[in-house]
Amino acid sequence: MTHDLAIGAFRLAVPLPRLVFVLGLFGLFVALVVGRAGWLVAAERHFLQAQAEQRFERVVTVPAARGRLLDRNGTILAQSVETHSIWVDPKLWQDATSEQVEALARVLATTPDAITAQIARGGSRFAYLKRHLDRQTAETILALEIPGVSALPEPKRVYPYRELVATIVGITDIDGNGLEGLERGFNKRLQGHPGKKVLVQDRQGRPIREGEWLVPVRAGEDLILSLDLRIQAAALNAVKNAVTEFQAKGGAAVVIDAKSGEVLAMANWPTFDPDARAQLDWNEVRNRALTDSYEPGSVVKPILVALALEQNVVRPETPIDVRGGVIQVSGFSIRDAHASDRVLTVAEVIQKSSNVGVVKIAQKLDPQALWQHYRRFGFGERPEIPFAGATAGHLFPAQRLKPIEVATMAFGHGMSASLLQVAGAYQALANDGCRLPITFVRLESPPSCSQQQRVISARTARTVRAMLEKVTDVGGTGTRAQVAGYTTAGKTGTARKVEHGQYVHKYVASFVGYAPATDPRIVVAVMVDEPNAQKGYYGGTVAAPAFAEIVRQALPALGVLPDQPVQVVASRAPRG
Amino acid sequence: MKPAWWQNLLRRWDPLLLLTLVGFFAFSHWVMTSASPQRLDEQWVHLGLALAAFLGSALVPFRWWLALSPLLYLVGVVALVLVLVVGVTAKGATRWLDLGVARLQPSELMKLAVPLFAAAYFHWRQGMLRWWDHLVALVWVVAPTALILKQPDLGTAIMVGVIGGCVLFFAGLSWRLILPFVVAGCVAIAALLQFGDQWCAPEVEWPGLHDYQKGRICTLLDPERDPLGKGFHTIQAAIAIGSGGIWGKGLGQGTQAQLAFIPERHTDFILAVIAEELGFVGVAGLFAGYLVLLLRGFSLTLRSGLWAGQLFGCAAVTGIFLYTWVNAAMVMGLAPVVGVPLPFVSYGGTALVSLCLMLGVTASAAAEPFPGGGRR
Repeated sequence: MTHDLAIGAFRLAVPLPRLVFVLGLFGLFVALVVGRAGWLVAAERHFLQAQAEQRFERVVTVPAARGRLLDRNGTILAQSVETHSIWVDPKLWQDATSEQVEALARVLATTPDAITAQIARGGSRFAYLKRHLDRQTAETILALEIPGVSALPEPKRVYPYRELVATIVGITDIDGNGLEGLERGFNKRLQGHPGKKVLVQDRQGRPIREGEWLVPVRAGEDLILSLDLRIQAAALNAVKNAVTEFQAKGGAAVVIDAKSGEVLAMANWPTFDPDARAQLDWNEVRNRALTDSYEPGSVVKPILVALALEQNVVRPETPIDVRGGVIQVSGFSIRDAHASDRVLTVAEVIQKSSNVGVVKIAQKLDPQALWQHYRRFGFGERPEIPFAGATAGHLFPAQRLKPIEVATMAFGHGMSASLLQVAGAYQALANDGCRLPITFVRLESPPSCSQQQRVISARTARTVRAMLEKVTDVGGTGTRAQVAGYTTAGKTGTARKVEHGQYVHKYVASFVGYAPATDPRIVVAVMVDEPNAQKGYYGGTVAAPAFAEIVRQALPALGVLPDQPVQVVASRAPRG
Repeated sequence: MKPAWWQNLLRRWDPLLLLTLVGFFAFSHWVMTSASPQRLDEQWVHLGLALAAFLGSALVPFRWWLALSPLLYLVGVVALVLVLVVGVTAKGATRWLDLGVARLQPSELMKLAVPLFAAAYFHWRQGMLRWWDHLVALVWVVAPTALILKQPDLGTAIMVGVIGGCVLFFAGLSWRLILPFVVAGCVAIAALLQFGDQWCAPEVEWPGLHDYQKGRICTLLDPERDPLGKGFHTIQAAIAIGSGGIWGKGLGQGTQAQLAFIPERHTDFILAVIAEELGFVGVAGLFAGYLVLLLRGFSLTLRSGLWAGQLFGCAAVTGIFLYTWVNAAMVMGLAPVVGVPLPFVSYGGTALVSLCLMLGVTASAAAEPFPGGGRR
């Protein structure tokens, strides 16, 4: 049953209708497929295009590099370096062989069990295995090609000078957020703004190439601090020696540029190692120069006298009767440490640090004016500095000041301040009566003095300074503050500590001064907390030598020339 | 003047068919530079083998092929049985015989052997055909198809069954026998579209089909049912086609293709790569090429002087078209995902060689003169 049908060159042996039927099916099928492709392209193109982008594009957050902290001469105090953190996708990790896990444990110097436990603590798709590894170790681990193990670039904060600047520079947490010190205070400026970037990824989520920036990354600022590392080292060394020698609980020193208000050094002992964060002790971490307030004691006496001079209540040579060494105020006895048997001038009251003398001067003043005066010198007011823990100290409330409160304020008791506040107050004295804001950032030029910042007249400031020079001179309480080649001036302070509302036999010894005395360049304040009373507790004994040591090193570092001939012990020339 | 020997050769191979085939090979190589550049060297070998298969098989006289067909068929069936007994299993299917030196997939041989043997059967029964001859021929087709289905290899089973069935169809199988199947198929598809949701519930079992086969059909109805598993192929391919647009993203520029979102992008889903990178224009152009190949195949076949030659040729050409369509429909999300490569374009040697053999034997059949010498 052949169907031989001749059409042109063809002689059909197959039925034509069936051939047509099959060709018709072909046409239908082709129309279906091409039509479907056309419909996908024409009608759903934008939807499918978006679907495609959704699949291959991923937006990643690119962390901004944290700014560096530098000292005023450009030495790096804190810096972020690139490290590699190893993380695990626990789901993929299940395919890891036991040999691979053992090899990984060897590289990390741990055990497979510890690794398993570490991963169990993480999330279901992400767990840190080890953070902040160097590149070589990370590459060794990646070369093991363990399922689910990846590396993540993560910056790590390093502090080249470690404990030398630790209490002031502070630390960040492991994610790079400022936790303490200036790292915290300047966190916003240091951290910058993270960027957002499109990443082209393949089906496994592996990045193939980098796409456009949605938000450009803005690196954190580098901050040039006012600190001078050389002076900081001198200050820390001096404080450490004083604390050690007098078996004290702790100590601090602050060095301020008298003409600009810049903090050149701020040292605390004990201090801490920022690389050993695991065992941080609050006693070591805190910046006691600004967190701890203490009764400043005698160091406030020159400030009181400044007001009396400013108001023309006294003059330097005005006699003050301090004989007997005791004065009664509202039933309380106020005594001098070393009773004088003669009448002292105002200048001598400062030189000998007579409590009775300053109380008598204070009694000549309006209590409200005295309170305002102290306040203008920064007492009882939180300094505007980027430290969260900075204390405001304490002043009696200005309303209803009692006579005994005025009397104790005269010699620095019944009030408290941090060492930084005390140093700030002396900066005003040293800078001819202009109290500049304390700053931890290097200034390009010394600030000019506004009317607001002038707390006393330049004449008064100089008069008080002339009195303070006598303190370090023969017959003063601070002779140990003398420095060969430089004139120095300052005031000793010895305050008893209060525990549970009672004065106890524990002391805070301090010395605040400036140098050179003739044209002050730096203000140096030193405080030693609870020196062993058997070894000495007077500011002139405990703190003044540290002051001298700091000045001796700081002034040459700043290029300040000696203003006093170095006293050479004359040796007798051999005769004959 | 007597034509030169090379003119005879060229006529046997047919210049247009050969040119189209080589054009496909060139296109395949070009696309492969984007889809799978690391496999180019191997594909050169495959293309060379396939070309040799076409050229060689076209030179063998069609009567020899007919004479050889029972042996091919017998060897094929025995091999298929052996596969079921001692075959090599991979990816859940037992399709291969391990010969020590190489793995053989007997079902590929059957794509050629079944239609050839069916055509030969009609050739030998010519002039004394009875109604039951169609039933006998049907057994020749159904038996190996069932064996392949058992492996399981749905794609190849459909191809072998349909190509073999085409021989019967063109040999005049009664419409009364065909229609019930057509109607049943249409009803099944219509019912599936209507009740797909209920039937695709996990607890429903489909008679005669494996769970994974049911899954593929259900996924086709609603790819979002399992977007990361069975629906993944279909969704990713649709995204590739749609995002490619009219002109495509350019060869090597397709995000779906180059970022490995398209699965099997160098084999079964290469059409998605073409659609994404060369666009709708590329797909339309490719199908124009297939149309040339098919029409030329038919026009050659219908010159064959042997009934069996026309039967085989029509079946082979229909088979190649069906191959193309099943693959395209799968990529477009119109047909279930079955493992069928795109003829002459997909990477891989086995399918390429067997398709070229079919084309070569078709060319051989076309060169068969009419018994009375009435041609030309």
